Amino acid sequence: MLEIRHLGKTYGSGERATRAVGDVDLTVTEGELVCVVGPSGCGKTTLLKCIGGLLRPTSGEVVLRGRRVTDPPEEMALVFQDYSRSLMPWTSVRNNVLLPLRHKKLARAERSRLVEEALDAVGLTRFIDHYPWQLSGGMQQRVAIARALAYQPSILLMDEPFASVDAQTRGDLEDLVLSVRERFGVTIVFVTHDIDESVYLADRIAVLTHAPTEVKELIAVDLPSPRDQIATKELPDFARLRAHVYRLIKRERPAAGDLADEEALAATRAET
Amino acid sequence: MRLMAVRTSARLRRGLSTLDALLPVLSVAAALGVWELVSRTGLISERDLPAMSTCVRALWHLLETGTFWHELLLTVRGWALGLAVATVLAVPIGIVLGSSDLAGRAFRVPIEFLRPIPSAALIPLLFLTLGTNLKSEIFLAAFGAFWPLLVQTMYGVRDLDPVALDTARSFGLGPVERLYRITLPSTVPYIATGLRISSTVSLILAFTAELFMGIPGLGQAVNVAGAFGLTDQLYALALATGFLGVAIHIVSKAVERRALRWHPSQRRAAA
Repeated sequence: MLEIRHLGKTYGSGERATRAVGDVDLTVTEGELVCVVGPSGCGKTTLLKCIGGLLRPTSGEVVLRGRRVTDPPEEMALVFQDYSRSLMPWTSVRNNVLLPLRHKKLARAERSRLVEEALDAVGLTRFIDHYPWQLSGGMQQRVAIARALAYQPSILLMDEPFASVDAQTRGDLEDLVLSVRERFGVTIVFVTHDIDESVYLADRIAVLTHAPTEVKELIAVDLPSPRDQIATKELPDFARLRAHVYRLIKRERPAAGDLADEEALAATRAET
Repeated sequence: MRLMAVRTSARLRRGLSTLDALLPVLSVAAALGVWELVSRTGLISERDLPAMSTCVRALWHLLETGTFWHELLLTVRGWALGLAVATVLAVPIGIVLGSSDLAGRAFRVPIEFLRPIPSAALIPLLFLTLGTNLKSEIFLAAFGAFWPLLVQTMYGVRDLDPVALDTARSFGLGPVERLYRITLPSTVPYIATGLRISSTVSLILAFTAELFMGIPGLGQAVNVAGAFGLTDQLYALALATGFLGVAIHIVSKAVERRALRWHPSQRRAAA
């Protein structure tokens, strides 16, 4: 359903050009959950923004259900890492979830049904009239997930969504992602730097190289479903996969020269 | 020991909060007392500065006259219209200049040139152009109130979170919807600050226009009182203008608190 073909993204031009994404090829099939893991600063977020139509790639293309992505497609929703910046603090949880529905041509009753269903799916029905900042970090990220679900996407892009919540909440949110996927049948591309998380969630893992990033290896995760935070993580296969991904990424540890590149990348990012 | 320390600190805090409430009352009382003394002891002659009690009595008498209230309304009208014109112009222009780098750079020099011009310097020009009427008063008040609002709105738009905009874009919100769903609400705190600054500026300039151009209002009344040597009335009117300023400040503060219930600066009050 989603094809990423020879995708490349370079920031700036001439002397100061920084290649963030080298040449990424990846195909995601309907209903699949693909985790994208890579060393930090390798251009994961850039890649995701290109997939989501927020950034125009320098080379290659993204094709969603046969159509080339140039703008944010309507059947795609994004969940950002920074929930506190992505939610609107001036309005209620209800209105935050309603945001993506306002310009869709829907009956009022249908809209509130979608909002309520999405909030029910993340277990926040009780907090519909709260402000986002009255909720904990984990709950805020659930609001962001509910908002994405209310949009009724067929594909969900998640950019390190649980990087800023504590470990226990993180486990709960991971299970929430799996249950949401069951309930709504969405395809998910999940970017993370957490190796355990990627193995736990994924059907397949795409391990990225250092910037300019490429797909280093695609790993099929054949762990049994449904996954369980304790039982799944006790399986020898889990440990094996985890170690395998770990080694792949460890070998990507940046040399001194790459580090300078990374700083340059951060600098150009700040400018754009 | 610790319990006692906690208790003492609680008592201390309660004591401090009473002091907090009392402090403004004390400072006002002290200022009025100094005024009374300076005049009564003849440090400044009573002809130039009548005693505080005399002026307050004069103000009391003024409050009973219809003319005073009429003049007050005229000043309030000049203030309100000036502020309204400034807001209607400054907010949209600020949004445009704040969101476009090109426009911001293009207009930086003219803005930095016009902004520091004292509004009162325009009075001679207004005599020649708009004349001695309400239009001049509104123009002057609006000119002064325009700049703080413009600058605040520009800063607000520049400070907009790119993640918030990306979020809106990813959900397919067009430029117009992004403007009033994301840009405007996030800029409101800045606009509110601008309004608070500008409302004071607008009052000062409405008064100034009346004072120097002879446009009816409290300013003109002060001018007349001065010309006839009615110093007690002059100070009474100055006091009245001061109270008007305080009233405007209190109202705008309350409006700000309501509009910004969600903002970190107001959250404690809301919780």
